[in-house]
Amino acid sequence: MNFTLKIWRQPGRTSAGTFKQYTIDGVAADMSFLEMLDGVNQKLVRGGEDAIAFDSDCREGICGSCGLFINGRAHGPARGVATCELRMRHFTDGEAITVEPWRAKAFPVIKDLVVDRTGFDRIIQAGGYVSVNTGGVPDANAIPVPKHSAEEAMDAAACIGCGACVAACKNGSASLFVAAKISHLALLPQGQAERKDRVTKMVAAMDEEGFGGCSNTYACEAECPKLIPVTTIARMNREFLLAKK
Amino acid sequence: MPTTLNSQIPGGPIEKRWDDHRFSMKLVNPANKRKYHVIVIGTGLAGSSAAATLAELGYRVTVLSFHESPRRAHSIAAQGGINAPKNYQNDGDSVWRLFYDTVKGGDYRARESNVYRLAQVSGSIIDQCVAQGVPFAREYGGLLDNRSFGGAQVSRTFYARGQTGQQLLLGAYQALSKEIAKKRVTFYPRREMLDLVLIDGRARGVVARNMVDGSLESYTGDAVILATGGYGNVFYLSTNAKASNATAIWRAHKRGAFFGNPCYTQIHPTCIPVGSGFQSKLTLMSESLRNDGRIWVPKKAGDARAPGDIPENERDYYLERLYPSFGNLVPRDVASRRAKEMCDNGHGVGTTKLAVYLDFADAIRRNGADWVREKYGNLFDMYHEITGENAYEVPMRIYPAVHYTMGGLWVDYNLMSTIPGMFVLGEANFSDHGANRLGASALMQGLADGYFIIPYTIGNYLASGTFTPAGTDHAAFRDAEKSVAGVTARLLGAKGKKTVEEYHRELGTLMWDNCGMARTAEKLKKALTEIPLLREDFWKNVTVPGSSDDLNGEVERAHRVADYFELAELMVRDALHREESAGGHFREEYQTSEGEAKRDDEKFSYVAAWEFAGTGAEPVLHKEPLAFEYVKPSQRSYK
Repeated sequence: MNFTLKIWRQPGRTSAGTFKQYTIDGVAADMSFLEMLDGVNQKLVRGGEDAIAFDSDCREGICGSCGLFINGRAHGPARGVATCELRMRHFTDGEAITVEPWRAKAFPVIKDLVVDRTGFDRIIQAGGYVSVNTGGVPDANAIPVPKHSAEEAMDAAACIGCGACVAACKNGSASLFVAAKISHLALLPQGQAERKDRVTKMVAAMDEEGFGGCSNTYACEAECPKLIPVTTIARMNREFLLAKK
Repeated sequence: MPTTLNSQIPGGPIEKRWDDHRFSMKLVNPANKRKYHVIVIGTGLAGSSAAATLAELGYRVTVLSFHESPRRAHSIAAQGGINAPKNYQNDGDSVWRLFYDTVKGGDYRARESNVYRLAQVSGSIIDQCVAQGVPFAREYGGLLDNRSFGGAQVSRTFYARGQTGQQLLLGAYQALSKEIAKKRVTFYPRREMLDLVLIDGRARGVVARNMVDGSLESYTGDAVILATGGYGNVFYLSTNAKASNATAIWRAHKRGAFFGNPCYTQIHPTCIPVGSGFQSKLTLMSESLRNDGRIWVPKKAGDARAPGDIPENERDYYLERLYPSFGNLVPRDVASRRAKEMCDNGHGVGTTKLAVYLDFADAIRRNGADWVREKYGNLFDMYHEITGENAYEVPMRIYPAVHYTMGGLWVDYNLMSTIPGMFVLGEANFSDHGANRLGASALMQGLADGYFIIPYTIGNYLASGTFTPAGTDHAAFRDAEKSVAGVTARLLGAKGKKTVEEYHRELGTLMWDNCGMARTAEKLKKALTEIPLLREDFWKNVTVPGSSDDLNGEVERAHRVADYFELAELMVRDALHREESAGGHFREEYQTSEGEAKRDDEKFSYVAAWEFAGTGAEPVLHKEPLAFEYVKPSQRSYK
């Protein structure tokens, strides 16, 4: 397969960016999208040019490093996969593909397709944990957890922190990311002690980082590679209101 | 540098050694802890758990990661689970049994005392993780569920679907985040350690490259912890993440840390086979699949029929045939070797013929597709996206791939390397797994090292000496910075014709062919002449475009590949000198009549700890003898 690529190039955080056009041929259907980009980069490097910068690590959809906006979709056209898992069989031969970084006020571009997502870390630091120190905890089976609660907590905990929800949202909201952590811990007995404090602080941190609000378009759910449901946002809102009383 | 190795293993009965040692170690009083500053490199399970725990105790901690966030470390990709002998299933498990299984699984090449301690503290890890809110799988009564894993006949593996590593790492990451919020940990993202700094013979800091603007930065402390993972990416294709690398441990090795058992590499049996020449990495399918999937090949060599067209009596379920009592759950090294043997004999399947089937038809018939989906759904989805095949309908195709390195920097019982003040945790150390690691034991070891061992042993080191303040203005930092800048300049200055990627692939193929699943003296000697030639060519003919004062992935990779060349040579030397087969190290010359690994306990019952003697120069071999007082070495049998 052959493709024409329009890729966002931006030398640094404060410099202006622009689309540049590249072509690649001999792409196999089983290749991943990032392997295709590796091919483009190899060509650039052989020609002594600067490679296109993009984040990627595990290449099996779990580390959350990668994240490209492909033809106007976060992580591209396939549902429930991260960019690194996306295979070229989802594209048609000869297609023109536009590749952009996540675009959100709270995710400034560092270079080309690499963005700064450390805002997510600061939201977790605001309260996305259970405050237990190492040692002195009860036996693992001391507190039974209903299977359905554990399963539902796991559904939310599956979030990989990639930021697709933010990129997909017209408001640049991090609601799905924050709600996933709130839900994970609110559903488990271990998360109860700090339940109210946690949601209050994490929501405040989200606002402080410059993420927008939620206006229920469900774009985040549609693009989430881990299919985290928007019902977690409903749960977050409920937790938030209850915490205020 | 020490000329003889002192492993610091305490005496007395094995079940009391860790307790006695903890009592005999010096303590740092709570008010004094804040005076000590510890640098942690890496934020996987070992690094994050260590950093969080040390900060909770009151130490000042600086953490560096080449990732943008601590949560991206490759521990996150571990799928199957974590072992602990809780005996919740009432099936006869005990600390003693986990200890026994691990020593035996490691083919009698691990330290008994370390393994016993690992088994001892592993139960506390599960308690800790549950308290953090890790959503482990549960039964209907609300208690924790377990499954079985290769090399064991009890169910002692705790899991969170196929994402156990992710959930454990997020637990450690959250614990770390809590300490960052309290300002007891300072975290520096996108920093890659490129040198270790020694002052008066002790580790006192590191030089790291700021990967955003390319500047070199110095960090100073009273002790340095490396938790930077394994070196499987020497082979280019492996299940490691793209950025996983050996640079931190290799640069420390060059500064004097001995390297233990570099040839012990784990080839994981259940990976998705290599597809095209563009392939950038291999994907693991959790070993837990072997609980319910059955591995087979066509009985007839060269049989090209579709799997569904091959009748039951023309299939060879070779693991069940060869190992009736363990069946598909034999340890990884055995399963991998047998798969290779089947393919070498012409029974391989798929287009490349380098694959065997992993078939769930029986499990689906027995329990239904929904049952399989609940247990393994995410793995089936991943397989589908990668191969385009539906494994509920056709058997998966799998083939072994490089997955884990049991070798690593040599450490004593306190996890300290041969450089005073430099500790090594997790996969980065030569570890507790001997010549082969059992499934679900990597997460256990990483967290044991970080949560429950280093917090004690580092205190003993810090309380045992006096530390003169060493600022980053010390000349040793300038020297290290200069040396790193020199390497970068050489890489940028070569301006050759071949890319870093091309060299890396070439080295990887060379290593896989000659130092992979089956090794011979002949192939190893060939590699030993070819690697230095390729390395020399690399330094002359590599092309690294762009500049060093920028975010430049080519500069990052060039440093890493430069180190792989040197490490690869050491791995080959180690494999050549070890004239026996043990676990993941299989020398074709040394096998039993049934094709099993044949150890030579008389000559090779030791840890090979190599001392660096200069690039291209022959390293110095030091031997730490291994004593087996409790688990008597025998030919491993899984029949």
